[in-house]
Amino acid sequence: MTAVYVALGAPFVAAVVGLLGGRTWPRLVVPVAVAGASVAFLSALVLAGRSVAGDLYESARLADVPTGGPPIGIDLRVDGLAALVSVAVGAVALAVQVYSIGYLKGDPRYSSYAALVSLFTAAMLLVVFADDLMVLLVGWEVMGVCSYFLIGHHWEQEGSRASAVKALVVTRLGDVGFLFGIFLLATTVGSFSIGQVLGFDRWPEHTATIATLLLLCGVVGKSAQFPLHTWLPDAMAGPTPISALIHAATMVAAGIYLVARLFDVFLLAPATLAVMAVIACITMLGGALAALGQDDIKRVLAYSTVSQLAYMLAALSVGSAVAAEFHLLTHAAFKALLFLAAGSVIHAVGTNLMPDMGGLRRLMPVTFATMTVGLLALAGVPPFAGFFSKEAVLGAAEETAVHHEGPAYAWTGWLVLVVGLVTVAVTAAYVARLWLMTFFDRTRSPVAAHESSPVMRWPLVLLAVPTVLLGLVGLRDEWLPDWAAATVLTVGGADTLSAEQEGVAQETLHIAPLTSALSVALAVVGATAVWLAWRRAPASDPTAELRQRRALEHAFFVDDLYDRAFVQPVRLATRAVGWADDEVVGEAVRDTGRGTSRLSEWVSRAQGSTVQAYLTGLLAGVLLLVAGVVTFAS
Amino acid sequence: MPLLMPVVLAGLLFSIGAYGVLARRNAILVLMSVELMLNAVNINLVAFDVWLRDELLAGQVFTLFVITIAAAEVGLGLAIVLLVFRQRETSSLDQLTELHEPDPEADAATDAAPEPVQERAS
Amino acid sequence: MTLVEALFGLLGVVALGSGLLVVTTRQLVHAALWLVVCLGAIAGCYLLLSAELVAWVQVLIYVGAVVVLLLFGLMLTRAPIGVSADLDAPPMQRVAAAVVALGLAGIVVVSSVDGFRGERIELSSDDVGGSSAAAGEAVFRSWVLPFEVLSVLLLAALVGAIVLSRREIGTEDRTGSRTALPPRDGDGR
Repeated sequence: MTAVYVALGAPFVAAVVGLLGGRTWPRLVVPVAVAGASVAFLSALVLAGRSVAGDLYESARLADVPTGGPPIGIDLRVDGLAALVSVAVGAVALAVQVYSIGYLKGDPRYSSYAALVSLFTAAMLLVVFADDLMVLLVGWEVMGVCSYFLIGHHWEQEGSRASAVKALVVTRLGDVGFLFGIFLLATTVGSFSIGQVLGFDRWPEHTATIATLLLLCGVVGKSAQFPLHTWLPDAMAGPTPISALIHAATMVAAGIYLVARLFDVFLLAPATLAVMAVIACITMLGGALAALGQDDIKRVLAYSTVSQLAYMLAALSVGSAVAAEFHLLTHAAFKALLFLAAGSVIHAVGTNLMPDMGGLRRLMPVTFATMTVGLLALAGVPPFAGFFSKEAVLGAAEETAVHHEGPAYAWTGWLVLVVGLVTVAVTAAYVARLWLMTFFDRTRSPVAAHESSPVMRWPLVLLAVPTVLLGLVGLRDEWLPDWAAATVLTVGGADTLSAEQEGVAQETLHIAPLTSALSVALAVVGATAVWLAWRRAPASDPTAELRQRRALEHAFFVDDLYDRAFVQPVRLATRAVGWADDEVVGEAVRDTGRGTSRLSEWVSRAQGSTVQAYLTGLLAGVLLLVAGVVTFAS
Repeated sequence: MPLLMPVVLAGLLFSIGAYGVLARRNAILVLMSVELMLNAVNINLVAFDVWLRDELLAGQVFTLFVITIAAAEVGLGLAIVLLVFRQRETSSLDQLTELHEPDPEADAATDAAPEPVQERAS
Repeated sequence: MTLVEALFGLLGVVALGSGLLVVTTRQLVHAALWLVVCLGAIAGCYLLLSAELVAWVQVLIYVGAVVVLLLFGLMLTRAPIGVSADLDAPPMQRVAAAVVALGLAGIVVVSSVDGFRGERIELSSDDVGGSSAAAGEAVFRSWVLPFEVLSVLLLAALVGAIVLSRREIGTEDRTGSRTALPPRDGDGR
């Protein structure tokens, strides 16, 4: 457990030091931040090593918090799943901290930025290592707050401020359901401890379904799935390293991690799994299509993230937590790589918009090479990591659909399989579009682009390594399940799900050859279609001719719908309230003031200003006193 | 004679004098009303002295003193009234309002209604 | 009802009536004249109460000196002759004054009646307590010290009146008829 405490403590201490002393000792900022991230990464590696070497399961209770109801315990646990995810978190956090040294050079708020990134790392690790629902919630919410601050890093720009608020509000919306789900679980089980929740076997009818549906709200919000996906593309207003950290590897993955962690409860609710599958498929395809219509390179990656997260959610929905974890890890690697490389491009060219880029292949060779690796992984081209993990997902879907394995209904398996394959094609299409528009043809940018500084290049290279190699983990079906075992505390060893309850999770990876071949073929088809369109007019956008281009660019107008349905009425209500406050309440106050003044004027007029008036008053008083004395003193 | 006759006379005369002090505007009229009040007191003094058959004639002697003091008071009072009249061209008590709080309305002449509250900041 | 009582009642009514007129009449000079009537009636009351010295001193000082002073004051302050409308305070003030005065009257009369009901003043024609001889004796025997102090007071009043009402010679006159003389050190003479 020491490694866990170190992994949690180091970035937290780094954050505190950075926040308190960052302004006083600016030279300390970088060393402290990088040290915090490095220590976390190293501790995570230690844990992962132990998990690979053998069974890893430990837990510890730090404190008891008695409440009026189910008790909260400050509990931490570590097992294979937690170890591997923590490695991903540590690696990306370290890469981002190093990269930011170059990217945010000269930024006046660098100290608070680095400290917040450290705090964020600590919070994500807390979610990963939590063994108590409330502890997990604390980490969850702290991540949300850090995300708000970091997205709004350039808060002098209105876009940043608006995006930060939007991210916070939308994820909070999901967190309402999340909170109630936690409460429901805790009151049913009698404790907030995750171990006890997982081992509980006396679920009343429908409780598991309702609780998991509520938890799903939080997952949908945090992991940017339909219908709470709108915040992620707008969160690209934050600095690119933040997009890499928060929106690739960590925060958005927290929702997936949560489902994987509480998977035993989800397995009891096939209805929730079906809902999950539907949401995932809508998001998967919708996100990929939207990515096809974006001009901003970061927004392409953002929609791509949404789509890939949907893959993970889809894997969970067909009962394979292992496949979801696999894709989570590979996605962390290649998406962080892609974001950092995009940041490198943006830094060099000075603009986010792909129509203004081009021809960077020769000008930025390292970035070009690493980004190509990342894009190939994203598209699912063997032998890169993305291929293996995506195949794991599709394989799991096939198992459910064709062989009726796993806890989900067969139709969800078909749905995920078909939509997943279609999305592979669209993914390859937008990948090709991005690649061609950014790096090929002649330079359209007026700025003279050059390769970025070493401190920004090395993280790219380092992230490219797992992007290439991580897929090999999937070569043996049981490697990953063993290493990434999410230990279940079941009473009596075997799972105690009753006969009529749902099936067991798919415990190993299935990579089916037929599906794999089909998906590779579809990827090639998608990419080729775009390449052909591009060849006709190399200087312009390949998708410019599409009839539905506008719908794609606005992501099917979901955001506009939300704006009309929610934002405008609230703004109207705000104006109405403001008007009422000023005109009604304010006027009442002012009228009271005016009334009092007028009353005082009137009274003062009644009171004479002459000595005679004063004398009259005096004399009247004296008379009253005398009358009183005469009457009562006899 | 019943003692009540002079006593009641004195009381009523005193009230009349009090009314005059409080209700008359001209300063000299106020002085006249003060004389009425003093006379009422004198009547009371004399009546009680006679009723008590005081050996020292305290009441009547005191009355003499009051008359004397009243005369002195009228002299001084008139001097003050004259001084005020020289400065203000008026002997009306209404115009002597220095003891009063300054009105938001400047004078009775300019009777604009004041704006007691600040305009709300837009 | 003896003759003395009847006369006293009559004179009392005259005093009250003229007093009322003093405080309510609209003509300034008439008020002063009604004051004379009132003071005279009160002097008559004194006589009926056998306070002779007081009565004649009243006539001498009050009617003779005080009222003349008041008339002088009226003259010097350009008092309007004839009916003038603004001798009274505004109606509100008058109402308040009337209320207070009525209250005062009520309280005094009621408490006096309550206290001195049935008492009588015994007046005897042979033992005139307030004769000049008796009063003079009282003043110059028992009350001589206050008498002397009173004369000092009169002196102070005299000085005060002069100080208050004198004008510096050479200062500009409000009526503007006097030419300014150059100021001199010390009191101008």
